[in-house]
Amino acid sequence: MTTASASAGDAVQLVDVSKYYGRVEALRGVSVTIKPGEVVAMLGPNGAGKTTAISLMLGMRRPTAGRVRLFDLDPGDRAARSRCGVMLQESGVNDVLRVGETVAIFRAYYPHPLATARVLELAGLEAVANRKITTLSGGQRQRLYYALAICGNPEALFLDEPTAGMDVESRRAFLGDIRRCASEGRTVVLSTHYLEEVDQVADRVVVIDRGVIIADDSPAAIKSKVAGRRVTFTVTPSPTPADFAGLPISGLELRDKWVRFHSSQPEQALAASFRRGWDIQNLEVVGADLEEAFVNLTGNRGADLARSQETP
Amino acid sequence: MRVAAGARPVSLPRLLAVQIRAVLLGYWRIPLFAIFTIGLPVMFFALFGLPRLHQEISHHVSVGAYILASLGAYAVSNVLVYNVGIGQAQTRARKLDLLQRASPLPGWVAIAATMVGGLVLATVALLVLLFVGAIAGVSLPLTHWLLLILALLYGAIPMLGLGLTIGYLGSSGNLAPALASLIYLPMAFASGILVPLSQLPSLVRAIAPYLPLYQVGQLGWNAVGGANESAGEAALWTAVWGVVLGGLAVWAYRRDQNRKFA
Repeated sequence: MTTASASAGDAVQLVDVSKYYGRVEALRGVSVTIKPGEVVAMLGPNGAGKTTAISLMLGMRRPTAGRVRLFDLDPGDRAARSRCGVMLQESGVNDVLRVGETVAIFRAYYPHPLATARVLELAGLEAVANRKITTLSGGQRQRLYYALAICGNPEALFLDEPTAGMDVESRRAFLGDIRRCASEGRTVVLSTHYLEEVDQVADRVVVIDRGVIIADDSPAAIKSKVAGRRVTFTVTPSPTPADFAGLPISGLELRDKWVRFHSSQPEQALAASFRRGWDIQNLEVVGADLEEAFVNLTGNRGADLARSQETP
Repeated sequence: MRVAAGARPVSLPRLLAVQIRAVLLGYWRIPLFAIFTIGLPVMFFALFGLPRLHQEISHHVSVGAYILASLGAYAVSNVLVYNVGIGQAQTRARKLDLLQRASPLPGWVAIAATMVGGLVLATVALLVLLFVGAIAGVSLPLTHWLLLILALLYGAIPMLGLGLTIGYLGSSGNLAPALASLIYLPMAFASGILVPLSQLPSLVRAIAPYLPLYQVGQLGWNAVGGANESAGEAALWTAVWGVVLGGLAVWAYRRDQNRKFA
């Protein structure tokens, strides 16, 4: 575990934090410390508590129990907020204003902002600087939110599902931007359920499920924790879930003749399958990637939700 | 690009100035809204005031001056209910308030800027109307003009409360305009600022004194010398309404904040 105990100079500290919405438990006894310059991915299925955790870090919500510090300050403190840039999952801007105007307004909230022209350039918005925001495409709008996150030249960036709804190409470009921010020494906290992103950008992965941290480690270590394999094959006739009862597998997926599951004992699982007299074809056994690791960590609930791309 | 560490936040007066400018820029960028806000009272004046500008409504008070005072109250209220109220509901519907909350802009600065921006637009709408009235031939002593402006801006306080209440209760961009029309339009008619009090049905005339906009109207009519209540009484009732509607706005605001940020 890379989690060090909380100390002065941390970018973010959550100490034993719980959060209830009425009687609904969003976080339970969560402790996370993020050092300056770290790139931390918060990974988890919808409703796991990622957005709540980020809201608490930014002082947008108050913990029911526990302690939250942002740059050693109360997260609501303007001195702390002035050091942060934020992309929220749900947010908007005044649509009638122009792109450049909006960036100029937001950068003025910060003590040492980047120049408006520089922000537009970094976000790839120069060409639409004079357009009204109502005329932007969804992707351009997302670039604008990114521009508003970086315009204050922040020490820490908080990005709540920043790539939700982006196409493959824009996502790749965006991840490049995040890496650049990280290389400039900025702390980055990003939540996602696009698991492949984590491998590419994060130093550290915090896996949250049902309001609890179930893993907190480097992407490589998370993967190695689960020495599992992904097994795929086709079988005739099409099997049903009941056919797999008693096998040492998880994350079972069936589509017609096509079968996919994870197993930490793939040899036993396959031997059992062959013994059942199945006509197995197109067999593939490969090492689990982070997605498999994640599925194994969160159980079957994660298997369904990890693939879902909707926001909660 | 270098990361600036631990800088002192932007000063509050500067943040307020930036945000007021942002609010006014938002108004400027919707010309249609401004035309409605500034143009409608002027149009009503042209239609109903101009034809009988110099008739006397009572001793020494011309129809022109009386209607100008009425429509002045209407112009100011329009801005505060429609531009501020519906504007605030739109800000919430767009979730701009969430992004602002995560930024270094304090919530109260954002609200103060919304109020100041609204009052600036209300003043502009009022001055345009009075200017058109003066050009058209309504003549009043300078002190009366100034008194009229001050009286109606004082009357803006309860209407600002009403606007913000609507802005924080209207949970969607659609509900707020409906609320505004449902509450404000009948009130404007029943208060005697769109139709003279003397022409209202007796039942409505009996209700009128209990409406905030009626008291604002009385302030305006007092300033031009044509009121049927004393200025002191109208000022007192306006203050009471300011406390009541301001209190409602605070309640609606807290309700909204508790839902989003508790």
